[in-house]
Amino acid sequence: MRLIFREAFLSFTRTPTLSVLSIVTIAFALFVVGLFGLVAVNLKEALAGIEERVEIVMYLQRGTPRAAAVAARADIRSFPEIESVGYVTEDDALQRARSELVEFQDAFGELVTNPLPASLEIKLKPGFRDEASVAAVARRLEGFRFAEDIRFGRDWIAKLDRLRDVTAAIGLFIGAAFALASVIIIGTTIRMSVIQRADEIGIMRLVGATDGFIRRPFLLEGAIKGALGGIAAVGLNFAAFQAVNRTLLEASFFTNQQATTIILFGTVLGLLASAFSVRKHLGKV
Amino acid sequence: MIKFTGVFKAYPKGVLALKDVTFHLRKGEFIFLTGHSGAGKSTVLRLIYGEQQPTSGDIRVSGFNTTNISTRETAKLRRRLGIVFQDFRLLTDRTTEENVAFALEVTGTRRSVIAPKVMRVLTQVGLAVKARSYPRELSGGEQQRVAIARALVNDPFVLIADEPTGNLDERAARGVFRLLRDINANGTAIILATHNLDLVRSTDYRTIELQEGAIVYDSEIDARDGT
Repeated sequence: MRLIFREAFLSFTRTPTLSVLSIVTIAFALFVVGLFGLVAVNLKEALAGIEERVEIVMYLQRGTPRAAAVAARADIRSFPEIESVGYVTEDDALQRARSELVEFQDAFGELVTNPLPASLEIKLKPGFRDEASVAAVARRLEGFRFAEDIRFGRDWIAKLDRLRDVTAAIGLFIGAAFALASVIIIGTTIRMSVIQRADEIGIMRLVGATDGFIRRPFLLEGAIKGALGGIAAVGLNFAAFQAVNRTLLEASFFTNQQATTIILFGTVLGLLASAFSVRKHLGKV
Repeated sequence: MIKFTGVFKAYPKGVLALKDVTFHLRKGEFIFLTGHSGAGKSTVLRLIYGEQQPTSGDIRVSGFNTTNISTRETAKLRRRLGIVFQDFRLLTDRTTEENVAFALEVTGTRRSVIAPKVMRVLTQVGLAVKARSYPRELSGGEQQRVAIARALVNDPFVLIADEPTGNLDERAARGVFRLLRDINANGTAIILATHNLDLVRSTDYRTIELQEGAIVYDSEIDARDGT
């Protein structure tokens, strides 16, 4: 075991430039994947917050009697998907507009009649906050005679969903390109050290070392490079996250588990690259 | 111990390196393999230690059938052989003792037994005092002794030597040869490929001569036949 570590370390010192280069490319590959991952993670969180607010608003026709509205409210509340139903009267609506839209204070002040309609604000239970359920409930609401208009934020929820998917896909694509580059560079470094150590490998074979034994230091070398690249990538991502957090908006970082996954991914990448290269080149020595 | 039966070896370009080679090396025997360069001496040795496989025929080496051997089996086989070359093949960035210990390290020997074993074989080849020297600080003869020590450290049943004195002056060559005889006297079989006929004539060991890949003389058989 000590021998394997020594051999792996030796080949670091023999090709320092290439070793650093392979660590840097792995780091960049995972950094890019990580950046897009961070965006996706934060988008997902933002979406979860928005989904919590998923509401259907049913505007009532002017002159709908209060009793009808209250009856409808009780009716809707008995739907299995519904968490709560709020009744906003015309006066409530005006009140809310006045306090929320301070800029239009003067305009509201001059109003003779209240132009705002009354509405029922319907909130769905957690399991039903997806597009399909919202649309189904909305369709049922259309059955109320006094329903003037039914609104829900379906479009932009779907758009955000799509944005998240696209972000993740772009991240994976660019990351994969970088990952491929790092596999090639790691493969090259391993090839160099295999060639450089041809004599040593020849002698190892001569005295009866198994190919598995000969391969191990190279695999370890690749795995270490991958792990270092992964650690560097998490570090870079953290730096980027801090910069955004301080200047732009409050974002959240990877969980420990996600960060570990990135490092593990780097390790596996390094391991695979060296396994591939050493298998290919050991036969030629 | 080592048994060749009707072995042929053809190289890809159609060159026939060995033609119907049959011989048997017994336990503790010393065999000279002679012939001109290209006669097939090295090919015979490479077939023994599994570097190459025969085109046809059968080869047995201490229970291993090297006719069709996996790389894993080859590794196992080589732990039971000692191999020495004309060009020593030492690692230049390691000392004498490190070079010898290397053979044990890479075969997974426990650390505690490595040092005493290394010292024992270095004493046997007369180089204990140069344990800390690097190959460049040693003479050719001494380097070959290090290589022999490395070959011996795994207690092989046979030492395979391909022109071990080829790079040495006469004095050093005689010294190395004397060492090989001592090793053989201790029970290790030796198969030594050489074209140094002075060396061959100085002893009465069994001699096998190859010519263009075929055995043209085997002192054992020819003596028995009275020719």
